[in-house]
Amino acid sequence: MKTSKKEKLSLFKKMLTVRAFEQKAGELFQQNLIPGFIHLSIGEEASSIGTCSVLRTDDYVASTHRGHGHMIGKGADPRMMFAELFGKATGYCKGKGGSMHIADFSVGILGANGVVGGGFPIMVGAGLSIKLRKTDQVGVVFFGDGAANRGTFHEACNMAAILKLPIIFLCENNLYASTTPSEYTLAGGSVAGRAGGYGIPGHVIDGNDILEVRNVVEKAVAKARKGKGPSIVENMTYRYRGHFEGDPQKYRSTDEIDTHRKTSDPIERFKKHLQKEGILTTELEEKIKKDVTKLIDEAVQFGQDAPLPRPEDALEDLFVNP
Amino acid sequence: MSNRELSCSTALREAMREEMERDDTIFIIGEDLVAHGGIFGQFEGLPERFPGRVIDSPISETCIVGSGVGAALTGMRPVVDMHFADFVTTGMDEIANQMAKIRYMFGGQAKIPMVLWAPDGGGLSAAAQHSQSLENWFVHIPGLKVVAPSEPSDVKGLIKAAIRDDDPVIFFQHKRLFAQTGHVPEDEYIIPIGSAAVKRPGKDITILTYSRMTYLCLEAAEQLAKEEIDVEIVDLRTLKPLDFALIAESVKKTYNVLIVHEACLTGGFGGEIAARIGEELFDYLDAPVMRIGAKDVPIPFSPVMEDFVLPKVSDVVEGVKKVLNR
Repeated sequence: MKTSKKEKLSLFKKMLTVRAFEQKAGELFQQNLIPGFIHLSIGEEASSIGTCSVLRTDDYVASTHRGHGHMIGKGADPRMMFAELFGKATGYCKGKGGSMHIADFSVGILGANGVVGGGFPIMVGAGLSIKLRKTDQVGVVFFGDGAANRGTFHEACNMAAILKLPIIFLCENNLYASTTPSEYTLAGGSVAGRAGGYGIPGHVIDGNDILEVRNVVEKAVAKARKGKGPSIVENMTYRYRGHFEGDPQKYRSTDEIDTHRKTSDPIERFKKHLQKEGILTTELEEKIKKDVTKLIDEAVQFGQDAPLPRPEDALEDLFVNP
Repeated sequence: MSNRELSCSTALREAMREEMERDDTIFIIGEDLVAHGGIFGQFEGLPERFPGRVIDSPISETCIVGSGVGAALTGMRPVVDMHFADFVTTGMDEIANQMAKIRYMFGGQAKIPMVLWAPDGGGLSAAAQHSQSLENWFVHIPGLKVVAPSEPSDVKGLIKAAIRDDDPVIFFQHKRLFAQTGHVPEDEYIIPIGSAAVKRPGKDITILTYSRMTYLCLEAAEQLAKEEIDVEIVDLRTLKPLDFALIAESVKKTYNVLIVHEACLTGGFGGEIAARIGEELFDYLDAPVMRIGAKDVPIPFSPVMEDFVLPKVSDVVEGVKKVLNR
């Protein structure tokens, strides 16, 4: 697909936004200002932003515990995201969800999920709903290499395939399921390689190349929109941070992380492309970075200033009709 | 007024047909629905009447339940057929962690107008994995409404309420009651979720029960009437939310309580009701609250053993006498 200069700059800004959001979230977590635990996707920005960039607002996304990028990619407001991370009353989930259950239904995010592989069956239902309502929406279910070994993955791929549901199974293969290498957990060695068993297309791609992500996902989306059924896309990527913030990461070396960062950082690679195309000047880059910093600083401020929920608010929002 | 009698199965089917005609966002998904209208024939005729809205699924219970959640989140009103209530175990994450929690976790952004229809109960020599009464598992999980009707008119009125409810409802329907007949009004009606009903008024003792045990208790009450013991039977119909007001009203009249359910005694719903009566109505009790439930073993296959394990009319008769010290 063709990507205009303007679109490219917007993609670049969004990738920087995700990274700045997560770096800031990591800092605040280390300062004990964010309770609980958080999972960062730093290093995976081409996958989240590239994928979401080919979706419409009314398309659905089922996100994961590592879902800040999906939220920002789909158009969620970083201010309400930070408010949620701080456990505040004006956060996306009024402080009831936190990072792991962040959601914005107004932009089609059906929620991050604390259960690995929990999004698959939900997306099958959303796909079924699209089919029954006869709209041309599509749904993307993000998941990691670890989730590909859940039974939900098999049931959902099979069901989506036989019912020809408009779903893209979007694997963000960052090589580790928590602490366990996918090399060890993944029979057959590839998630998308399993697509053949369901008679649907499977693509393994360089998930750190945002333009490739866009190209491939866009084709899968177009196919799904036409009623031609689901696809699996496996974005090969890498996370620089631990599984969770505070993860001692005994399962890999700092050398390994540095190598990935130096050779395949999605933002650096896209920046080089933009410079080569003459789209990004040093001044423009500085301006974009300044805008992003301002956006994130304001979002953090909004979150910090936001009111705490009343303790008894814990009793609200369980039922529509209690 | 007509005296028309329907079976529980027909009452369910009639309600489904009326609801699906009224609202085209309602659909049914589950295994073996299209060819036979479900394995109990419970949805017979609906696949032909509503093409595309009764959907056969592969044997993928996790995905069946989860697809209900996803469809409900995106504007539909799914009725998910669990095949046998026992198979909830295969979709348990979708029930306990998704269906029950999604609205709350997301701060009320979403609603899940979904019914999980689960045929449960023993008495059919269906053995350990097709005979259970698991309702109390779900009572324990905040975010779910739990319904377990007995007679056909309640089945019809409550399934309609469940479908129209914007929250997830688990609807247990006892397999042994599919053929049970009873009067079902012709005119449109709804029975609100959370309302119990006095199925037999009496003054000496309150029996709190639900589902198939209601019929068993009615039979026991007839026997006890011959011995001049006047039993009041309250059919809870909904376990969550619980109609404790009606329970209290009855207890304040009879001062004696026996709880009867088909589920195993230990950890069953009876313990919860007994505790609440103890906490809130102690001054109205003439005797300790007693419970009757199945013996604490899996349901065995051979009829002689199954009959032994499940509560019987004679157990209820004895239980009443024990509470009344007679």
